[in-house]
Amino acid sequence: MVHGVRIKDHWKEQRLFERRALVAGCVIVVLTLTLIGRLYLLQVMRHDYYMELSQGNGVRTEPIPAARGLILDRNGHLLAGNQPAYQLELVPEEVPDLNGSLKGLVKLGLIDADAVDELRRMIKSRRPFDSVPVRLRMSDEDVARFAVRRFQFPGLDIKTRQTRFYPEGALAVHALGYVGAISEPDLQHIDRAAYSGTALIGKLGVESAYEKQLHGGNGYREILVNALGRSVQRQGALMPDLRTQAPAAGDDLVLSLDLKVQQVAEEALGDHRGAVVALNPRNGDVFALASRPGFDPSLFARGITNSEYAALTDNIDKPLLNRALRGAYPSGSTIKPVVALAGLTYHVLNPDKVEFCAGVYHLPGSTRLFREGKGGHHGHIALQDAIAKSCDVYFYGLAATLGVNRIAAFLAPFGYGSVTGIDISGEKPGLLPTPEWKKLAFKRPADQVWFPGETINFGVGQGYLLVTPLQLAHVASVIAGRGTNFRPRLVIGLRDANGTVKPIAPIAGKSVEGVSDADWDRVINGMVGAATYGTAHASFKGVAYSVAGKTGTAQVFTIAQNAKYDEKTVEERLRDHAWFIAFAPVDAPRIAVAVLVENGGFGASAAAPIARAVMDAFLLDADGKLKDASQAP
Amino acid sequence: MYEEVTSGSRTRRTLTGTARMLAALKLDGALLIGLALVAVYGLVVLYSASGQSLPTIIRAGAHLGMGAVAMLLLAQVNPNFLRRSSPWLYLLGVVLLLVVDGIGYIGKGAQRWLDLGVLRFQPSEVMKLAVPMMCAWFLHDRALPPTVSSLAILAALILVPVGLVALQPDLGTAALIAIAGSLVIVMAGLKVRIMAGLAALGAIAGWFGWAFMHDYQKKRVLTFFDPNTDRLGAGYHIIQSQIAIGSGGVFGKGWMHGSQAQLQFLPERSTDFIFAVIGEEFGLLGLALLLLLYAFVVARALYLAMQTQDTFARLLGGSLALTFFVYVFINAGMVSGLLPVVGVPLPLVSYGGSSMVTLLAGFGILMSLYSHRKLMGS
Repeated sequence: MVHGVRIKDHWKEQRLFERRALVAGCVIVVLTLTLIGRLYLLQVMRHDYYMELSQGNGVRTEPIPAARGLILDRNGHLLAGNQPAYQLELVPEEVPDLNGSLKGLVKLGLIDADAVDELRRMIKSRRPFDSVPVRLRMSDEDVARFAVRRFQFPGLDIKTRQTRFYPEGALAVHALGYVGAISEPDLQHIDRAAYSGTALIGKLGVESAYEKQLHGGNGYREILVNALGRSVQRQGALMPDLRTQAPAAGDDLVLSLDLKVQQVAEEALGDHRGAVVALNPRNGDVFALASRPGFDPSLFARGITNSEYAALTDNIDKPLLNRALRGAYPSGSTIKPVVALAGLTYHVLNPDKVEFCAGVYHLPGSTRLFREGKGGHHGHIALQDAIAKSCDVYFYGLAATLGVNRIAAFLAPFGYGSVTGIDISGEKPGLLPTPEWKKLAFKRPADQVWFPGETINFGVGQGYLLVTPLQLAHVASVIAGRGTNFRPRLVIGLRDANGTVKPIAPIAGKSVEGVSDADWDRVINGMVGAATYGTAHASFKGVAYSVAGKTGTAQVFTIAQNAKYDEKTVEERLRDHAWFIAFAPVDAPRIAVAVLVENGGFGASAAAPIARAVMDAFLLDADGKLKDASQAP
Repeated sequence: MYEEVTSGSRTRRTLTGTARMLAALKLDGALLIGLALVAVYGLVVLYSASGQSLPTIIRAGAHLGMGAVAMLLLAQVNPNFLRRSSPWLYLLGVVLLLVVDGIGYIGKGAQRWLDLGVLRFQPSEVMKLAVPMMCAWFLHDRALPPTVSSLAILAALILVPVGLVALQPDLGTAALIAIAGSLVIVMAGLKVRIMAGLAALGAIAGWFGWAFMHDYQKKRVLTFFDPNTDRLGAGYHIIQSQIAIGSGGVFGKGWMHGSQAQLQFLPERSTDFIFAVIGEEFGLLGLALLLLLYAFVVARALYLAMQTQDTFARLLGGSLALTFFVYVFINAGMVSGLLPVVGVPLPLVSYGGSSMVTLLAGFGILMSLYSHRKLMGS
């Protein structure tokens, strides 16, 4: 009391506590109701909103890549397929020491030392839980080598994936093209979503041109992922409705190529640099499209290394160059049948008039001499023999009479100077020179003048004129069809997943008009002569069918005046390119061929035998007899 | 004894027998049933929330067993002994907190545990009981409502351990200890005017306290006001738990069918955020049932406290009952986005041994206070 201590009143304190407890109870009720209100807001009023959020949380859509369409030759032989391949994949977050692991792989010879930096960058740019391929297409030996040391490489594993497979290796690679890793430029023009599950895309040839059809449509699969984005199988009883959309496999391509003819063409070219194109004059089908040297397209499908790519690009023989479409060469004497047709059609040439060839042509009003390309002289000669024996002097005179403009105008409908429109990209148009072209092409006024001597050279396919092997095969097929013009095509049908082949109709171009049947006969007879008694007769001894052909020799450099061209003294690469164009059988042509052999020397000796081999392969059966036309395509 | 219960139905006999046994064990049947229902509900939810982990359920069962033993033992202790030992328990707790803080300071990191070799022990858990006991002890022979000088001493008694826990730093537990102590004072009749004044003071203190908060604590507070500012950091918890609760709707997605919980979008799904799992899988009805069970426990606990005969028992019992509700409210409020994220478990449901043992020990004390009420005297 002294210290102000109050007496405890137990009854009053009891009442006080009870009052407080009552108030506390009320506060509890209010707070609980507040909670319930909050829950009502979340679970009833905003339920739909949160439901949507929760559904988006756990389900991820994963693409299922469609199987890429196969590529078949015209008889159903597989040229490109899909094959499961072993590849080494790495899950970044499971690798404790990335640098150490990569070094270990280099030591095992599984990855290139100079590819490590790039690989590391690529791995770092991916999500840590995504499997990153570090080595594609492992051989059985690679797999074994890795397998025994696998414990040293946590987070790395060998997976099986579908990759592109070319059973014939380098065969027809310049027609087929190849698939390779999707590059930054590729991403600019593709629908990324459609390629989200795919690592490879067609790069060249039909693989690229028919990419859309081959690729098909991706499917998708909704998968359950946890908060870390990892795919999970099943979490307790949780089994939401997951949708799956099966992919639509890409269409198979049925090519016009004939595997056997293609093989023969490439074997016949052998180690030569050169190209062979064989066409069906009646519809533009490409029976063979060969360019040598080639390369193995699987290199790209499995991920080409820097050193491998450098080896291809640095190779002096340019294996990556598609000579059939992109190699532009002077046509040489293969132009003569067309120039002859021009002379006949413009009525400046009497086919029966005998000219005299002394081996040298004197351009009127000039001191310049134009020699027989092969040397020698033909003496008295008329049109048929001039074609068969390839008399330059005869055509020097004809060219001078026709003039450059008439020659160029007549050549254009045959396809000179423009692309043939084949259904793969990269084709070069070559060059059909005219005085107008020269004015635009040269800067110095002195160079812009078209000289009469250039017309003379033009008449025998030298000078500025440039053609590709595909163009000349097309010219041969136009002559074979007496003016008919079909756009060359590699793909003749699409086969869907059910096996139904949808044929693609041939596309006819503008025919060559105004040439009389008699004139066609005269010129074709000259070409038949070339294969029977003329320049190419040696290559067509004992042939089982009738052949019309024309040799050509394209100069690599201009021979100095008064100097004789000696093949043996010139460095091999400065030798002339050898050409041969042909079609057979003459009466009802089924195949037209152009052969180019770079630095092959004379067309008759280097190129004509190749054309013979190709036509034999196409036209003859196993017994060496001519196949029935009704069986042939 | 048998003779007396021969009459009546068999059920009645069994009930009477059970009641007698509970009375002999100094336990309150109704409260026990309430606690058991909450605990069983908790185990059912935990099985789903832990990703169907049986070992977790077994461990949680062990925690429950340990808590039950603690409750049973404490229910036998004479309240007079409890009262007398309060200051010593409090002192021991403060010393242990100093030791833990010291180790933490040396170890340069958060330190809450004291490793006793056999088991790890959290002194701050002891303080959840020791502080209200100390406050009730201090007030039990003083006239109520408390005087201003008493309040000053009580404030010091509360703030010393609270400060030590906050230093660990464990803001959630510190707040709970402060609340447990303060509730004793409130139940002792603290004047409403003083409460209002203290609330104003607290607001100012909080404003100052902001300056001393750790970055992650500040972030939590900021994130509470706008979870979207830090969607993948501190805001992630709140956003994901609200998605879980909201997507559960009225009836829930079903046991073990909550995608938020099962796919681990919901963080700390078996501990602090287990309330959201209930909301997702059992819906509003499941949560309402849980809150109803809690309300029953709190009401019964308050009733028991009111029945006691002396000041110490009443104040301590009242504080224990109300603190239990505060736990529930803070956890539920935090998980549903009403309150900032603080590390407070959902009582008797969240997985965690120390919290379970402390809570049941508290109820053991309450039962002791109630069952021994006729023995008490000051």
